[in-house]
Amino acid sequence: MSDQTVERAADLLEQPPTLIPTAPARARLALVADALRLGRTRFGLAIVALLVLIALAGPLVAPHSPTEFVGIPNSKPSGDAIFGTDALGRDVLSRFLHGGRTVLWLSAAATLLGIVVGVVVGLIAAYSRNWLDDVLMRSNDVLLAFPQIIFVLLAVSAIGPKLWLIVLTVGLTHAPRVARVIRGAALEVVERDFVKSAEVVGEARWRIVFAEVLPNVTSPLLVEVGLRMTYSIGLVAGISFLGFGLQPPSADWGLMINENRLSITVQAWSVLLPVIAIGLLTVGTNLVTDGLSRALAGIDRQADS
Amino acid sequence: MTTRLVLRRLALALLTLWLVSLLVFAATLALPGDAAQAILGREATPDRLAALRDQLHLDEPVVTQYLKWLGGIVTGDLGNSAATQAPVGELLSDRVGNSLFLVLISAAVAVPLSIMVGVWTAMRRDRPVDHVVSTASLILASLPEFVIGIALILLFATQVFHAFPAVSLLGPGEKAWDDPKVVVLPAATLVLAVVPYISRIMRGSMVEVLESEYVTMATLKGLPRRTVIWRHAVPNAIVPAIQVTALQLAYLAGGVVVVEFVFSYPGIGAALVEAVGNRDMPVVQDVTMLAAGIYVGLNILADVATILVTPKLRTAGR
Repeated sequence: MSDQTVERAADLLEQPPTLIPTAPARARLALVADALRLGRTRFGLAIVALLVLIALAGPLVAPHSPTEFVGIPNSKPSGDAIFGTDALGRDVLSRFLHGGRTVLWLSAAATLLGIVVGVVVGLIAAYSRNWLDDVLMRSNDVLLAFPQIIFVLLAVSAIGPKLWLIVLTVGLTHAPRVARVIRGAALEVVERDFVKSAEVVGEARWRIVFAEVLPNVTSPLLVEVGLRMTYSIGLVAGISFLGFGLQPPSADWGLMINENRLSITVQAWSVLLPVIAIGLLTVGTNLVTDGLSRALAGIDRQADS
Repeated sequence: MTTRLVLRRLALALLTLWLVSLLVFAATLALPGDAAQAILGREATPDRLAALRDQLHLDEPVVTQYLKWLGGIVTGDLGNSAATQAPVGELLSDRVGNSLFLVLISAAVAVPLSIMVGVWTAMRRDRPVDHVVSTASLILASLPEFVIGIALILLFATQVFHAFPAVSLLGPGEKAWDDPKVVVLPAATLVLAVVPYISRIMRGSMVEVLESEYVTMATLKGLPRRTVIWRHAVPNAIVPAIQVTALQLAYLAGGVVVVEFVFSYPGIGAALVEAVGNRDMPVVQDVTMLAAGIYVGLNILADVATILVTPKLRTAGR
């Protein structure tokens, strides 16, 4: 530690300590405000809100039980079953209304896990700048060598189609990707004066990492949350579509597509409704992500000039 | 210097693959209780249990089990399927060809198409067509592959047009290239999933190059627009796109799993899904190692290509 740094740290200590972390907090709010000014962000949020509403309130308004047989298999839309029946003769609309919850909570949980692990690993790697950084980044490379879905399938074939396992493995495959982004953003932050001054006054290392560095990478982090959520939905719904998610006779959007895809020529609604819902959901989350990253690029441009 | 950089990358890739193999092997250890029993289930005959125990070397120490398993993979002895007893190599050989055909066709269409879309939109920057393409890319990039695949089935195979088969049925011993119609919709799905990513990077780097001094210079020299774009701008703009292209091609190694399942296309992806359903660990492990190998290999190729075409990196070690 050079004398100059100590001097600068002493200068900083004269100021009220709260001044140091407030700047990033403002930038974070500015990012959200800027993003919300964009039409695409609002449109994306509206789509996501609509689908969350369908998933949460759907079971309350469904006309039938999701497992009740209401007619002959694959019958066309009628008064009793507005979107017809599925390959086993159950009401398509009711199964659709019951089938959105799992994909939502599984993807949200997997995203949360991936973000938390990724942020911790990325920040520690950026802050340590020694062998630990190398070890963490090498481990990242190992996980990155698996296409995400293949890693999940490997685990499922060893342990079985369990929902917790899907959350765990989807989250784990996100983590190295998140860690890489967060490490990249944090590398520049750990060189700044307020980190140096915190080191000088002997602040605990975990406090420096999570109270000083973390608040300064929240903008790229927000974009990453949106991106990972989009991919989580695709992965979770995809695993369920392959038949390794929620098991029959449960109602689930991915599973509905799997169960009815062979009768798509006779009764397309039982495939079409969940496909549209999953497609809209991912488009919605990605529109929000795009809005956030555009706002971030705008803020960066202002900071540069 | 270039050689040293390339060798370093190669050594790192081998290390990564070795660690990957540890993880893939560990999946067998995660099986509860006796691995053979866990794979074959309760109804397994003692004969088959004994055969699988022997194949997995379960009566030997874990380290020996691992070394024998890894040795088999390296020498091309992939073991036997736990479900059918047939050698995995035999089981996969036809399917590897079909998957390779699908991926190569997709790449052969997707890469030039992405470059053209990128160049074309960069030259019409901020005009309506640029915005339309960018919105369409955003939507396509959001959609999971199976959503794109099923949309294509509804459009071109069942409800609207009846141009292509919805399922890729092939007779026994028939290869995908004997009946190229079956590959059209699966390949189109992969192309639509990949093009948004590559074209976006291509557009970005092309916009940058078009603003550079040497492009202005070439234009002022009075060269025809076509020459300026394709001889001066594009070759330079392609460099940043190499990495993304490799990443997207590597992504195809995972993308084929869902797409092959959607179209019942007889490739290794569909084989993997079937094997996971049967808990056929030897097949799952071999396909996983293959996918990881392709992924790591493509990444090296991209790094080497980038090193070779970037003068700054070529001389970085000096």
